[in-house]
This record gives sequence, structure tokens and C-alpha cells, in this order.
Amino acid sequence: MDFALFSLNNAWLIPLLPFLAFVLIAFAFKNMEKTASTTAILFCGVSFLLALGVVAGVLQHPELIEHPFVKEARWFSMPGLSITMGQYIDPISAMMLFVVTLVATMVMIYSTGYMQGDPGYSRFFAYLSLFACSMLGLVIATNLLQMFIFWELVGLCSYLLIGYYYFKDSAREAAKKAFMTTRIGDFGLLLGIMFLQINFGTLEFTELADKLPAFAVAHPGLLTIIGILVFIGPIGKSGQFPLHVWLPDAMEGPSPVSALIHAATMVVAGVYLVARSFTLFQVAPEAQHFVAYIGGFTAFFAASIALTQREMKRILAYSTVSQLGYMMMALGVGSLTASMFHLMTHAFFKALMFLAAGSALHALHGTADIFEMGGLRKKMPWTAAFMVIGTLAIAGIPPFAGFWSKDEILLMTKLHGFTGLYVLASLTAFMTAFYMSRMVFVAFFGKENPHNHPHESPWNMLLPMSVLAVLAVVGGLVGTPWTEHGFGYYVRYGELHHAEVDWSVMGGSVVLAVGGISLAWAIYGAKLIDNEKLAQRAGFLYTLSYRKFFIDEIYQWINKVIVDGTGRVLYWVDIHIVDGFIDGLADSTGWAGRTLRRVQTGQVQHYAMIFFFTVVLVAVIMGLMGNHSAMALIGGGK
Amino acid sequence: MALVAPVGLTHFLLLGTALFCLGLYGVFVKRNAIALLMGIELMLNAVNINLIAFNKFIAPANFTGQVFSIFVIVVAAAEVAVGLALVISIYRDRATTSVDDLDWLKW
Repeated sequence: MDFALFSLNNAWLIPLLPFLAFVLIAFAFKNMEKTASTTAILFCGVSFLLALGVVAGVLQHPELIEHPFVKEARWFSMPGLSITMGQYIDPISAMMLFVVTLVATMVMIYSTGYMQGDPGYSRFFAYLSLFACSMLGLVIATNLLQMFIFWELVGLCSYLLIGYYYFKDSAREAAKKAFMTTRIGDFGLLLGIMFLQINFGTLEFTELADKLPAFAVAHPGLLTIIGILVFIGPIGKSGQFPLHVWLPDAMEGPSPVSALIHAATMVVAGVYLVARSFTLFQVAPEAQHFVAYIGGFTAFFAASIALTQREMKRILAYSTVSQLGYMMMALGVGSLTASMFHLMTHAFFKALMFLAAGSALHALHGTADIFEMGGLRKKMPWTAAFMVIGTLAIAGIPPFAGFWSKDEILLMTKLHGFTGLYVLASLTAFMTAFYMSRMVFVAFFGKENPHNHPHESPWNMLLPMSVLAVLAVVGGLVGTPWTEHGFGYYVRYGELHHAEVDWSVMGGSVVLAVGGISLAWAIYGAKLIDNEKLAQRAGFLYTLSYRKFFIDEIYQWINKVIVDGTGRVLYWVDIHIVDGFIDGLADSTGWAGRTLRRVQTGQVQHYAMIFFFTVVLVAVIMGLMGNHSAMALIGGGK
Repeated sequence: MALVAPVGLTHFLLLGTALFCLGLYGVFVKRNAIALLMGIELMLNAVNINLIAFNKFIAPANFTGQVFSIFVIVVAAAEVAVGLALVISIYRDRATTSVDDLDWLKW
């Protein structure tokens, strides 16, 4: 049996191998650092090879687009509910398997250099392996429940890794923030999943796809609600507005983690989920438009924040939020291909940039402010080159990877008649080019900071970066409008359609990208315009952007005033009303007991007295009421 | 109407009531356990007088009242035997027969 076929049939091994690595490291190689990292890389590398096999298999069998290769085993079943676990292979999941295993392997190799000497070295690799396993399990999920399980596991891993430096207050806070913010989204997703199960009696993607169209005709409103509920999950996980606040804080984790989270795992899980449930959104146009507008707004909003940020990784984080917004927007306007294409190229160049940023931070021992870096180009030529490649890719300069995918999104947005979103996305592209090159000009070019003594990173950090750099350059070529059997041929939903090459969109986006870079060069490179003065001139806008539109402060306020206030009121109700009632009940029985206890004096004569007067009382009653009714009263007779 | 009315049921009942009240009074106010038992005896005797009087005036053909009163006397004798035994036992243990002190069974 040839390797491609073997990989197709055994794709479930791909998530299993990193899990085995995790178990081995966690329980056997805890104190053997070298063995731990080697195990992690080896197992993930084998997964990568298998993923390559799956990709090859998918390329050999184009019919998998319409008929996914599903292999599953029943996990449990009861009346009305049958849950399976298995693998769902189609071009989308094959592409994701390839991207995730590739980036994870690269990040792991990089980490052997970056994490050298860290006391938690083995722990780090255990977490990375588990992270890879969770994401891969999510990718091959055959049903929404399996997906949700791994979805939560991904959340757990991100929590563990963001809070990797658990002895640092800020890291702990960031981990908590990430976990809780995404949990808000997960709740919406869970509700959506339950709605689907109740209405369709299944969570299998294939069965859902069959049943959805008929249901859409009968209950369009309900389906819209379900779609929006499901989308709340991705809003949390993929850092869409307004649940984006955790993503920039997640920078507290080590840089390789940021690369993994931002490029291949956590945040793209949301995009992938929407893509997986694309059939649902396809038949619920309102929900789909909701996705489009949230995505478009997020893209613009995050880019406008990134304009003024000073920390390198924060700029990158906001760019991630912005790019994810692009992907969501692409899904929202109805182009699965454009979104998945951008997801892939973004994974290459964003992982590259985070690793390069990590390399710079590593060399500077944690200086995060780009204005304190300056002139890294001379001491770190490779890192600088990689960062420039990444920047050109994300800015959308042809022929770098980002250009093709972003162009596809812009084109699709325009083609599907979302003119407003098209303008917004183009503006975002301009801003992206500007803030990314601002970072490069300030941190890598410009004047050297005499306090810094950077040195180039070792080969095991440069090697993965160079692999990613190559992909960031050529990765987009598989999806150019001129490739007959390129990306769009395999990764699509519905009919294959060839859009004409729209030179105005293509030319416009290049102009915008070049314009953004030129503007950044004018301000930060050539210093034709003084950036300090510019900031003062646009004081209000600058503050708004620099302080991230005060979203965090608003949440703090909501938290303090509304949540805590409600909490205080409820606490009062609990203490005084609920507890008061129960305590009162207990007190009254206690009081009754204490009072009645006095009756039992132990004095024979008291008892005799009570007995006697009771008899007298009965006699009086009988005398007054007549024998018959008195007997009834006492309960004796009829 | 005769100058001296013949002794009737009422007189016996009045005597019984008077005896019962005396016995009750004794049970309520006496501190000595033996005096208490004596009060109870008085009350039981009041009941016996009632029983026999009813038998004589209401249903002379039967002996129900007499039989009952004999039962009462037997039971009373047995009760006093037990009661006195208890009192003696308590006295040996606590050196008192005052019922005010005999409250160890409370609570």
C-alpha cells in the first residue's frame, strides 16, 4: 500500500502521536531534557510526514471535496444520541493538518534554542505536544462534540502555556483572562451545539449537511440564532471583537507559544470551526452576514489599535486579530477558499514573525518596546531578514504569500457585493502595511541603542525560521488566479468557479500596501515627519488607539460596577433572605425545643398536675359542646 | 318526704368525690414518696366506692362493679408493692424519699 493511501486511512495517528509524546514526556522523561525535546520533535515530525501523506492522498483523490473520507468508531450511544469519534478527511482538514504539524514541528525545533536553560524545559515540550494533539484532534473531528472536546483541550493548553511563567503575576493574570474570555464564547458554542442536537438529532458534519437545507426552509429564524450562537465560540477563540482582549495579553507566554497560538492552533480553531460548519452558515444568510461584519470590523478595529502599540509582540498580536478578522470576513461573504487560503499563508508568515520577534527578544533579554531596540539589523541580520520577509508578506507585496490570499479575500468581498466591507478591508490593508513596517523600521533599522548587546540566535532557532520564510515567500503561489489545479480547485465548497483576474483589486491592494510602507518609511525610516509631533497633533485619536479604545477599561468597569454590584446585591439577598429564612426556621425549632423542654421537669407531681388539668379541660369541653361533637374534636369517635 | 332521706347513689358519689379530691390533694402537695402512694390509694378507693355504688343502684343483678373493684384492689396492692420497693431502693441509693429530688429522668 502506498504511503498516501496509508496516511489517508490512518490519519487518526496524526493527533495520537503528539499525545503519546506528551504522555511520555510527562511521565517518563520529566528529568531528561534532551530526551524530552527530541521525543516531542520526533513524534510531531512523524505526524508531519503523515500529514504530507494525507495531502498527497487528497491531491490524488479530488472527489474527497464532495465526499469526505470519514472513518469513525462509536464512542457511546443512547436513545436519541449516538456519539462517534473518528477522522474526517477532506481538502480543508488535510490543509490544516499540514499547516498545524508543520508549524508545531518548527516551533518545537525553535524552542530547543529559545527555551535552553529554562527550568521548565521538559514541561514546556509536554505542553507543546499536548497543544499540537488537541488542535489536530479538532481538525479531524467528525462531529461537533468531538470538535468541542478538543476545542476545550486547546483552551486548556493555551491556559497552561500562557501561564507558563506561573511565578509571574502578569502571566497568571493573562492565562486566567484568556481562559475566561474564551469560556464566554465556548458557552455560546455549547448552546449552539445543543440546539443542533435537539433539532437534528445528530452532530455529524455529513448528516448535518444533508439535513440543513430542508430545515432552513422551514425555520430560517431558528437557524440564524443557532448560527450566531455557534459563531460566539469562534468570537472568543479567534479573538474577534468584542472578545479580542485576551489575545494581546497572551503575549505573556514564551514567544514560541505565541507563534503556535497565533499561527496554527488556538486562534485559527475558531476560523476552522466556522469553515467546518460552513453549510450551516450557507443556509442562514443573516448569521453569515453577522460573521462577515464582525470579521470586517475586527480587522479594521485591531489594525487601528496596532498603529500605535509599542511592544513588538503586541503589535503582532493585534495584527493577528486583524488578519483573523479578514478570514472571518471571507467566510462571511461566502468564500471558504479565500478564508482557508489566507489561514494557510497567515500561518506561515505569522509564525515566522513571532519566531523572529522571539529571536529579537531573546537577544535583548526581554526588552519589548520597539523604540528601545533600534538597529538590530546589523547584529542580527538573519532575524531582520526574516522579519522583513514576514512584513512584506503580511503587507501584501507580490509575490509574497500574503498578497495572493489577501487579494483573494478582497476580490471575493467585492464580487459578492459587500462594497462597504471591501473599502474597510482595503483601509485595513493600508494600515497593516503601515504598522508592520513601522515596527520593522523602528526596531531593525534606525539608530542603534548603545545599551543593547544583541547577538544572532543559534542555528536551531534560525533553521525553522528559514523554512517558514521560504513558505512565506512562495506559499501563496499555489493559489494564484492563474493556477488551474491550485488551492481553490481543491479547497472549496460547492461549485468550482473561476473568477476573472480583477486588475483593479490587485493593483489597488498593491498601491495601498506600498503606500503604507512608504508612509512608515517617511515617518520612522527617513524621519521626514516627526512621529512625536504627529502623535500630539492627533492627540485624541492617538490616545484612543494607544489605549486600545479603552475596551479593557470598559470591561473593568462592567466587572467592577455591574458584576460586582450584582454580586453584592445577590450576596445580601443570600445572607439575609435565603439564609435568614433557613436560619429562622432552625431558630424557631430550637426555640420550640428549648421551651418545650421546660415541660419535662422530671417532677412526678408536675406530670400529675398536667394530666389532671388536661382531663378537666376535656371534661369541660365535652360538657360545653355535647358529647358527640366533643368526641369529634378530640379525635376519638365519629 | 321523709325527715331523714334514705342513703342514695348521690351520697356515695359525693363521698367518692370527696375521697378522690383528698387523694389528689395529697398527690399534689406531699413531698414524701410514701405519702404520695397513700394519696393514690385514697383515689383508688374513691373509684372503688363509685364502682360498687353504681353496681348496687343501677344494675343490682350483676356483679360487674364488685368484680372491677376487686381487680382494682389487686392491681393497687401490686402497684404499691412495686412502688414501695422502688422507694426503698431509691432511699438506699440517695438517702431521700422527697419527690422534689427525684428528677433524674428529665430530658
